[in-house]
Amino acid sequence: MSIRGLADELRSLLGEERVITDRQQLRTYECDGLAQYKVIPALVVLAESTEQIATVVRACAEAGVPFVARGSGTGLSGGALPHADGVLIVTSRMRRILEVDVASQRAVVEPGVINLHLTEAASPEGYYYAPDPSSQQVCSIGGNLAENSGGAHCLKYGFTVNHVTGAEWVTPTGEVVEIGGKAPDSPGYDLLGVLVGSEGTLGIATKVTVRVVRAPEAVKTLLAAFRHIEEAGAAVSSVIGAGVVPAAIEMMDALAIEAAEAAVQCNYPAGAAAVLIVELDGPSAEVDDQFDQVQRICEENNSFEIRVADDDTERAMFWKGRKSAFAAVGRISPDYIVQDGVVPRTMLPEVLHRISELSEDSGVRVANVFHAGDGNLHPLVLFNDAVEGQSDLAEEISGAILDLCIEYGGSITGEHGVGSDKAKFMPRMFTDDDLDTMQMVRCAFDPDTISNPGKIFPTPRLCGERPGRRQGAHPLAEAGLAEIF
Amino acid sequence: MGDAVLDQLRAATADHAHAAADSDAVDGVPARWVAAPADTDQTAAVMKVAATNDLAVVPRGAGTKLTWGNPPSRLDVLLDTGRLDRIVEHAAGDMIVIAEAGCRLDTLQASLRDASQRLALDPSGHGGIGGTIASAATGPSRLSYGAVRDLLIGLTMVRADGVVANSGGKVVKNVAGYDLAKLLTGSYGTLGIITRAVFRLHPLPAASSVVTIPASSPAEVHDLVQKLIHSQLTPAGVELDLPTPDDGTLGVLLEGTPNGVEGRTARTLELLGARATSSATPPPWWGREPFDNGDVALKITHEIGQLPSLLSAIDAASRATHQAVQVRGSVAVGTLLAGVHTDADLDIDAVARLVDALRHDAASYGGSVVVLDAPPAVKARLDVWGPVRGLEMMRSIKHQFDPQRRLAPGRFVGGI
Ligand SMILES: Cc1cc2nc3c(=O)[nH]c(=O)nc-3n(C[C@H](O)[C@H](O)[C@H](O)COP(=O)(O)OP(=O)(O)OC[C@H]3O[C@@H](n4cnc5c(N)ncnc54)[C@H](O)[C@@H]3O)c2cc1C
Ligand SMILES: Cc1cc2nc3c(=O)[nH]c(=O)nc-3n(C[C@H](O)[C@H](O)[C@H](O)COP(=O)(O)OP(=O)(O)OC[C@H]3O[C@@H](n4cnc5c(N)ncnc54)[C@H](O)[C@@H]3O)c2cc1C
Repeated sequence: MSIRGLADELRSLLGEERVITDRQQLRTYECDGLAQYKVIPALVVLAESTEQIATVVRACAEAGVPFVARGSGTGLSGGALPHADGVLIVTSRMRRILEVDVASQRAVVEPGVINLHLTEAASPEGYYYAPDPSSQQVCSIGGNLAENSGGAHCLKYGFTVNHVTGAEWVTPTGEVVEIGGKAPDSPGYDLLGVLVGSEGTLGIATKVTVRVVRAPEAVKTLLAAFRHIEEAGAAVSSVIGAGVVPAAIEMMDALAIEAAEAAVQCNYPAGAAAVLIVELDGPSAEVDDQFDQVQRICEENNSFEIRVADDDTERAMFWKGRKSAFAAVGRISPDYIVQDGVVPRTMLPEVLHRISELSEDSGVRVANVFHAGDGNLHPLVLFNDAVEGQSDLAEEISGAILDLCIEYGGSITGEHGVGSDKAKFMPRMFTDDDLDTMQMVRCAFDPDTISNPGKIFPTPRLCGERPGRRQGAHPLAEAGLAEIF
Repeated sequence: MGDAVLDQLRAATADHAHAAADSDAVDGVPARWVAAPADTDQTAAVMKVAATNDLAVVPRGAGTKLTWGNPPSRLDVLLDTGRLDRIVEHAAGDMIVIAEAGCRLDTLQASLRDASQRLALDPSGHGGIGGTIASAATGPSRLSYGAVRDLLIGLTMVRADGVVANSGGKVVKNVAGYDLAKLLTGSYGTLGIITRAVFRLHPLPAASSVVTIPASSPAEVHDLVQKLIHSQLTPAGVELDLPTPDDGTLGVLLEGTPNGVEGRTARTLELLGARATSSATPPPWWGREPFDNGDVALKITHEIGQLPSLLSAIDAASRATHQAVQVRGSVAVGTLLAGVHTDADLDIDAVARLVDALRHDAASYGGSVVVLDAPPAVKARLDVWGPVRGLEMMRSIKHQFDPQRRLAPGRFVGGI
């Protein structure tokens, strides 16, 4: 079926207003947060229910047309980059928080729900949703699930995958399946374990059940400034080595601080080559004990100024610089690449040194912002697209940083995902056999590769024959003695 | 063909293969050969021999839970991971450890203790890490540290066709590619042979204490659990022990700094009321299964807030079928274990009715009932896995990973 035929079919099934084919309107969806990749989708569906998503997916499957899910479009790896001949299924009209069940410490939400809105809904009961990407004011829970998003506080509380306990799922053939729920460990394979982080390639989440977490009794935050970045790195290692598990340890280098100052006047200590933000939370007495310990460690590592947030307003000031860092580099550079790589945290000082060498040798400036506690780097590679050759050079440095991450035993992405952007780097981290095995999962869910094709894997795998429906049925079920469903 | 296969298995394992003995049977199904590879490459070679000769393979760790699940529908090679027992790397500063599948959990913990670290899974005696992953073991520490799947950050496996595959890595934060480690967790040997795993570690707590309080009735237990989870005392574990319906104990583990634990112990005592007492060490039942080998062993999950419905359902089913049920588990997580002691006059029908009754009520507590283990006659009488959500997707996965059904065939859900 042609795309036009599909558009007509979807209009009649879902109603006029949910199907967009006007080119000008389609342009709104041409990219996600990674704006250097742009593709105008053939059509966009603004879905309002599970049934509608299933209908669209079924129609796509029948017509052999690819589809791409999109939440808020804040992804930084081109995961929601549309397919030129495909359907973009947008969840931004599915924003109902269906239930906050504090007695069971769970919430059930539609996929378009904004991350922060869930925390706001749970907070009157003293609860919150723990994974907190810096984009939490805009990104969706469905997008978080697909990217297995992290955030500053994931050091202690874990990533999205540690918080999702159930999902309603539309498979790439258009079937609606319930997986998991409010109770843990539903029998069988841990499907959620692979669906979370599958970047839209295994189907679409239409409802998500997540844990909500009791707010801690105490939160304490300090900001420590250092004259040398190595000292800040050493302080991070000592804190972790001392058996302290902070809620967050974030680091920014001089260039990132400069940008943040220009953008939001966060007023960090002057002359710092690096600042650390360390946040502890939990029971008051523990927080007090460990806070003293962290302060001591920062002093021992030559921090020249330590500030302690006395209240939420001051805490917010500390975080403001950090949370605005990506956008802030726009103040000191016309263009930039946000990189996302991971190294074992003890390798941080060495890797930072190697990055600064790369930067000096090439003349490309690199600002560093990162989740230091788990070794997740976000180098910001600065360039000016108007200057011939700079963009290519920046790409090259950005890629070289990923090679460094791999060289030190790390990963090419800690939280932003592979998407369109990093598929080409996957073979540097994984063997062909590794990738082939991952794609066996892809084949199990999506043998025709219509669910967000072209993402994650550099080369698709041929899926071979289809599984027989009745393969391996339980003998008792076969004999009608036991009920499987 | 027998001798030829043995020769191939020997060649694959540098001579560590032999004809199986009676004691190598898996849940009553005899094996023909035992092969004990020493590393991932040898494991791959064994799986290639199996592929060439279409042999069914069941992996064995320490063999403590080999009867769990259904008996294999066929079995040729018992793949013994006992020689895959090295701790490959302990990067204390990065708080990760890489160990081979046959490495025993107690050995691993002992070596981590030197660095004041631990793998935050409950001490499971001499079980191996491969078996712990493959059976998705769960215990009290899960409340604060997560389950096996949450601590597992990387994995090496050998596929049914002998291909070696890795996923994840050795950094705690990593979203590159699908997370096969999670898929293999709880897969009971049906998707691949785990040869190596990477775990994140936690510091040993400086201090700990346990507060216990007698509690037996569903309403009473529920009330205490709710108080605890909504408090800000961050218990590291909340366990119920209910050996008989009116002799229950709720235990609360507190971990942290000496000062902090002291204060929170006092506050927990206050929160729970006059009958609560504290001690420095957990009671003897803490973290132990409420069943012995040969008993009927159930795993029952529930929504935390629906605990009273579950406890009432267990009580009702137990009375109706005259089966004494011992219950123990992580009531603030939603995972309970239950045991029905079996003796000479095992009433198979009654056990089956008990399981049916619990499953019948599952909607009221939102969970599932799995028969982990039971005497063969009981397993033959009921569906040990019960209803499974997403079974078709699971079948598709199995079909991709093991189309010839050579890996632990028939042991898992839906006959997988
Ligand atoms: C300023 C800024 C700061 C950021 N900070 C962080 C951070 O701290 N940590 C972090 O992890 N990320 C961060 N991100 C990245 C991004 O916000 C996250 O990846 C987020 O989870 C994406 O959510 P979204 O709703 O925007 O998803 P989208 O960008 O719309 O989609 C992302 C992916 O999810 C898929 N998808 C969307 N909805 C569904 C669904 N319902 N079912 C299946 N697949 C679906 C899409 O196909 C795509 O592959 C940041 C981004 C920005 C712009
Ligand atoms: C719900 C639950 C709760 C538990 N609670 C506790 C507890 O509180 N305390 C406790 O001590 N133990 C507990 N356990 C048990 C724990 O899982 C086992 O003790 C132990 O870890 C199994 O190890 P093993 O080496 O003896 O495995 P085995 O008995 O050898 O094997 C167990 C299963 O894993 C498969 N397997 C083994 N090795 C591999 C491999 N390398 N690759 C693929 N598959 C493999 C086997 O085929 C078999 O199906 C619990 C388990 C479960 C499921």
